Amino acid sequence: MSAPRAFNLALRRLASPAGLTKFSPAGRLMQQRFAATTSIAEKDAVNSILAKQRLNRPVSPHLTIYKPQMTWLMSGLTRITGLIVATGFYVFGLSYLAAPTLGWHLETPSLVAAVAAWPVVVKVTAKLAIAVPFFYHSINGVRHLVWDFGKGMTNQAVVRGGWVVIALTAASSLWATFLA
Amino acid sequence: MASTRALARLATRRTAVPAVWTRSFASVEPASPSRSTISETKTSTVKEPAPQKDAKIKTFHVYRWNPDEPTSKPRMQSYTLDLNKTGPMMLDALIRIKNETDPTLTFRRSCREGICGSCAMNIDGVNTLACLCRIPTDTTKESRIYPLPHTYVVKDLVPDLTNFYKQYRSIKPYLQRDTPPPDGRENRQSKAERKKLDGLYECILCACCSTSCPSYWWNQEEYLGPAVLLQSYRWIADSRDERTAERKDALNNSMSLYRCHTIMNCSRTCPKGLNPGLAIAEIKKSMAFT
Repeated sequence: MSAPRAFNLALRRLASPAGLTKFSPAGRLMQQRFAATTSIAEKDAVNSILAKQRLNRPVSPHLTIYKPQMTWLMSGLTRITGLIVATGFYVFGLSYLAAPTLGWHLETPSLVAAVAAWPVVVKVTAKLAIAVPFFYHSINGVRHLVWDFGKGMTNQAVVRGGWVVIALTAASSLWATFLA
Repeated sequence: MASTRALARLATRRTAVPAVWTRSFASVEPASPSRSTISETKTSTVKEPAPQKDAKIKTFHVYRWNPDEPTSKPRMQSYTLDLNKTGPMMLDALIRIKNETDPTLTFRRSCREGICGSCAMNIDGVNTLACLCRIPTDTTKESRIYPLPHTYVVKDLVPDLTNFYKQYRSIKPYLQRDTPPPDGRENRQSKAERKKLDGLYECILCACCSTSCPSYWWNQEEYLGPAVLLQSYRWIADSRDERTAERKDALNNSMSLYRCHTIMNCSRTCPKGLNPGLAIAEIKKSMAFT
């Protein structure tokens, strides 16, 4: 959102009667994307019959019966790994910030010392658990950028690109786990 | 007539006459003596169909739900068919089940050649047209047939596509022009302009792609879905249309277009070999680079 627009919104909120009494931080409002769309089904009254019928109708099975395909499995994985990476980033970042106050030792030397004391199996697992989501999400993100230019969107290219991403993820994760 | 019949029925019940003595309604005319039964020695025998020695029996599991029993759960019904006596396509199998085994099985079909889009369903986990989908000849593997995923089921394999058609209507799928054609007769296109519509105009709106899209599963009230967006792009790309800006504006919000996360199930499943994923990418591109 541009600065003039944000200023405009803030002004309007001040001017409105509920302006300051209702707590709504400007940051949250600016994060919001205004959806101009309304659900098409809800709009007209003719659909009340349809809505009533839908109460009785079952929803056909979807995720559980759809054939496992590279396309949607990799897409789901991108989201899951993104969640893992983001959670890790925020949790570690915030605790690093809070560490001096709370008396935790999260600085690099103490972390290195702590990890060095772990058994090898735990070490490898932990490193893989960080490396795989990070590399998968990053590399597949590049693939999405390529797609956004309309390149490599045929069925063959999608499958081939998928395997390339998996291979690169495996290679880079193993490199980061054992060599880096 | 109906009331007299009802009254008569009431009268017979009131008087509690033994059933043997009351006249049934079907036998109003006295049976003529010439209509005596032909004995079994003079008629042919209908034998129970015995499976042939070289029969290729394949099992089909079909999703069933009957709206006449709304409280009952959907169930999977199994049917076996001899593939030697069945046509090559899944639709042939379904029609044969309906004709010969179970007339209550309900599904949509019309053209049987992949141009009407009626028989779209989920076969062996992938959305496709039953008339274009060959029956896998491997009889050890059982086939599973479901209605289009995440749709409201009207009955058995018939999904409720009302919302899908409403969304199609919402993109105004027709030529919008204010200026008359320059020569007063037709809106001409160059070969290059016409070529842009290839791969777009062939869509038959069978809803296979939209109902294969996980994003459409979760947001189908607001996200338009691949099929409708492909059609939207068909009009955005049309050189004769003069409302391109308005069409793009209508899509420029968080839901209508941008719920597409390039999952690409749509292009993977399209029974006509089109590429809705690419069409959506082209819309996004044209909105980003203007």
